[in-house]
Amino acid sequence: MRIQEHPILSFPRGRKVKFTFNGQELEGYEGEPIAAALHAAGVRVLRYSPNLHRPRGFYCAIGNCSSCLMTVDGEPNVRVCIAELQEGMAVEIQKGKGELYANS
Amino acid sequence: MQTHEIAVIGAGPAGLSAAIAAAEFGARVTLIERNNKIGGQLIKQTHAFFGSEKQYASHRGIDIPPLLYQKLEDKSNVQILLETKVQGFYPDDGVLGLENKEAFFPLQAERIIVATGASEKTLAFVNNDLPGIYGAGAVQTLMNVHGVIPGKRVLMIGSGNIGLIVSYQLLQAGVQVASIIEAAPCIGGYLVHAAKLRRMGIPIRTSHTILSAQGAKEVERATICGLDESWKPVPGTEQEMDVDTICISVGLSPLAEILWQMGCEMKYVPALGGHVPVRDKQMQTSVAGVYVAGDVASVEEASSAMMEGRIAGLAAAESLGYGSEQLNVEKKDALEQLHSLRSGPVGEKIRSGMHNLMQEA
Repeated sequence: MRIQEHPILSFPRGRKVKFTFNGQELEGYEGEPIAAALHAAGVRVLRYSPNLHRPRGFYCAIGNCSSCLMTVDGEPNVRVCIAELQEGMAVEIQKGKGELYANS
Repeated sequence: MQTHEIAVIGAGPAGLSAAIAAAEFGARVTLIERNNKIGGQLIKQTHAFFGSEKQYASHRGIDIPPLLYQKLEDKSNVQILLETKVQGFYPDDGVLGLENKEAFFPLQAERIIVATGASEKTLAFVNNDLPGIYGAGAVQTLMNVHGVIPGKRVLMIGSGNIGLIVSYQLLQAGVQVASIIEAAPCIGGYLVHAAKLRRMGIPIRTSHTILSAQGAKEVERATICGLDESWKPVPGTEQEMDVDTICISVGLSPLAEILWQMGCEMKYVPALGGHVPVRDKQMQTSVAGVYVAGDVASVEEASSAMMEGRIAGLAAAESLGYGSEQLNVEKKDALEQLHSLRSGPVGEKIRSGMHNLMQEA
C-alpha cells in the first residue's frame, strides 16, 4: 500500500508505467525500486531459496544483503530493492540460483 | 593512469564531510558513491538530530544532504562519481577497481578515505527468513523514501534508537505497532523517544524476545516470550501476536570488506558493532594512507560520523602538504566536538569500545 498523506514527507513520483510480474500486468512508478512497486501491489514473495526452496522477500532494501534477487527481462540475480522500474519490464520470481541467458 | 589525490568511498554523512574538509584546504578529491544520489542513509531520517549547531542539530536528517552538497557544488577540486561501485582493491598496484553502468575501470589515489557505512544485523529465530521480516532501516527506506508501507501491523524487535524512531515513523505513516520487544531488562534508546511511544499507547516489553514467526508464505503471526535474568526463555510466558510484519532492529555491523582486502588491521569490539579497523586519532588505519570515518569505523550516530569524516579529510589533506595553522585549528575543533558527542551517560558504550580499540593501537 502506498502512503497518501504524511505529516512530514511528500513523495514526488515518476510517471505511471506498466510492467509484468510472472506474466500478470501491474502498475508502478518509473524509477522507483522494482521491490517497492511490487510491495505496493501486495507482492512480498520475491524468490525461492536454492536449497530448501523457502520463500524470500527483501531484507535490507539498500542493496547489501542479496535477499531480493529476481529475474528481470531474463537476467537473473537482479537486486530488485535498488534496480529501478522501467516501462514494460518482465519481472519474475526467481527459483534457485537462476540461469544466465535462459531466455536467449 | 591518472593519480587522484584523495579518493573518498561513500557519500553519506561521513564521506561528504571528509570530502568537504579536504577540499576546503585545497586537496583534489574524488568522491565515489554507489547510489544515484548523495546522502547515504540520511535520506530516510525524518527525525531531528540532537547535538550542537555544528553537527546540524535540530535539522531533520533528510534536510542535511542538500546543506552538505552546497559546500561541494562550487568547488572545482571535487569530482563526484555517482552510480559507481568500488568492486575491489588491488594491493600489488594500489589500485581501486570501479564499476559504472557495467563498465569497469581502475582508479589510483594517494590517499583513500573509506566511509562505506554499515549493514543491518539479523537475528536467529524460527522462520526468520519469511517475507515480511525486514530490517528496521529497510522499512524506513520503503516508507520514507519510496512512500510504501511495509504492512498493516508490525512487531518491532529491539528498543535502541533505530527501533524506537522507526516505530514512531510507522505510526506517522498510518501503520499499527503491536509492540516493541527488547531482550535486555531496560530500554536501549533515548528516553525521549521511548516516552513519546508510551504516550501513544505502544507497549514496550523489556526482557522479551521472539521465538518464531509463522505463516504459509509470508508473516501472519509471531510468538514472543519473557526472558529471565540470564536471558533464558521463561516457560509459560509465550504469547502469540497477530502481525503481518516483523521489524528487526538489533544493530548494525560495519561494511568493512574493502578494509579487509586492503590488509587493514581489524579488531573485534562488540560495543563498536563488530570487527572494526584499528586506527589512530587522525582516523588513519594500520595501512599508511588509508583513513576511515563513520559507521565502517565504529557504529555510532550520523553526528559523530560527520565529525570523523571531517577529521579524516583534514588529516589526509595535511599529509599531502595542504597543512596550515587554520587546518590545525579546525582539526582540533573537530576532535573536541567528537569527544563531546561521546561524553555523558549515552556515550558510555562507545567510550568503553574506543578504550578497548585504542589500547592496542
